[in-house]
Amino acid sequence: MKTVLRYLQEVALAFRSLWSGLRLTLYFFTHPRKEIITEQYPENRTTSINIPERFAGEVVLTHDENNEHKCTACTLCEMACPNGTIKIISAQVETEDGKKKKVLDKWVYNLGMCTFCAQCIDACPQNAITMKNSFELSVYNRSDLIKTLNKPGSKLKEKS
Amino acid sequence: MIQFSDITSWIHETLSGLLSPGLTFLAELVLAGVAVLAMVLVFVVIFVYMERKVAGFMQLRYGPNRVGIWGSLQVIADVFKLLLKESFAPDSVDKLLFNLAPYLVLAVSFMALAPISWAPGLQMWDTNIGVLFISAVSSIGVIGILMAGWSSNNKYSLIGAMRSGAQIVSYELSAGLSILAVVAMCGSLSVHDIIQSQADGWWIFKGHLPIIFSFVVYVIASTAECNRAPFDLAEAESELTAGYHTEYSGMGFGIFYLTEYINMLVVAMVASTVFLGGWLPFHIYGFEAFNHVMNFIPSWIWFFGKIFFIIFLIMWFRWTFPRLRIDQLLKLEWKYLLPLSIVNLVIVAFITIMGWHF
Repeated sequence: MKTVLRYLQEVALAFRSLWSGLRLTLYFFTHPRKEIITEQYPENRTTSINIPERFAGEVVLTHDENNEHKCTACTLCEMACPNGTIKIISAQVETEDGKKKKVLDKWVYNLGMCTFCAQCIDACPQNAITMKNSFELSVYNRSDLIKTLNKPGSKLKEKS
Repeated sequence: MIQFSDITSWIHETLSGLLSPGLTFLAELVLAGVAVLAMVLVFVVIFVYMERKVAGFMQLRYGPNRVGIWGSLQVIADVFKLLLKESFAPDSVDKLLFNLAPYLVLAVSFMALAPISWAPGLQMWDTNIGVLFISAVSSIGVIGILMAGWSSNNKYSLIGAMRSGAQIVSYELSAGLSILAVVAMCGSLSVHDIIQSQADGWWIFKGHLPIIFSFVVYVIASTAECNRAPFDLAEAESELTAGYHTEYSGMGFGIFYLTEYINMLVVAMVASTVFLGGWLPFHIYGFEAFNHVMNFIPSWIWFFGKIFFIIFLIMWFRWTFPRLRIDQLLKLEWKYLLPLSIVNLVIVAFITIMGWHF
């Protein structure tokens, strides 16, 4: 008798626990407006989209308002890069007092090979480069992925 | 109001005027087959869309919402994708069985539709063993599944097919016993008689607690027979990739997918015929005005409404419960559902003999 009672109790408990699950999904089903948490991506890119500031999207060479950057062409970032993404092309220029000096000519960044590990950012002694939080990086042509990050006419910021 | 029986008799008279009796019969067979095929395909498209939407809402997402308004053309796009893909058979499969299996499964599930009464006077085959025929034929489908699993020459497919065999053979028992409860009360196996016996109230209301219990058992057991989650061990994506239809591509896979939904349709039709009064409207004994209003709703709305209710129940289970393990599955059937349905059947027989049901 006791076993039969326990058996029936087990069945009743099973139904109770199944019903608690069913009730939750029924609540979700009947309250779609309140409960759905999906973001509608292309529609929300101007409204509710939230990309955190520290999201590592692409490398940028920061320029200030005078079109000056902080890169000394030391190539530490080029050496830190595990993928060979970065190519620093430097030029020799002669200053007024006759000294030869190495300056940045082209900061070439191959986005197609970048894994966004941010080791170049850590390696930079001048804090010249940062990661931007942009994420819509696709292009139609593969050669568009190779970017020159220093703006035309930009020059090294003088140490103040 | 135009009844479906008027339409069928009009078609019969028109054809008899044009053709000889034998040809008329043949033409009517073809017409009925095409009508059922079209109907079922429309149903399946609606079910697949509904399944994806229900799944989405229950999992806090939208489901398909890009192709067409509210994603309504998504299923049609998927069907065209499947039709355009190559139906590829790997080198080491048993070619004959491999190509035969999907069609066998499909044919079996269409056969189960034959004795279904769709509307008053709209029934393809009014046989006196209708319910028995449906439950007998729907379990032949497992042969097709075993065939697909065996001929694929793939261990995952074979395990999936074997599990499916064990599952369908065991759950067939309690599904049959729960239908038998109603058959015992109404005293007939014919689908038409079972529906007519519910004119004064559906069996789920007339038959007290035992029939409600057998309705619950039938829904559980038939979900298992359809190989749907939480009993989808035959497919079990995370364990067996796709079970018995792992090696199928293109329309071979498409037919298995179609069959799953046709089986669901058959199950929902049987459940609504046997327990919920088929195409009969909802009547409460004594409320004449209410009954009169209910009579104005056409029979096909009642039938399809009940079908969609059962389908929604099955989908609700699928997107709520996790999959059972094989031992839990067999334990559920042999230790719980089967003994309880046998006891239930005894109680039902007792009620019927004493005449306690309405």
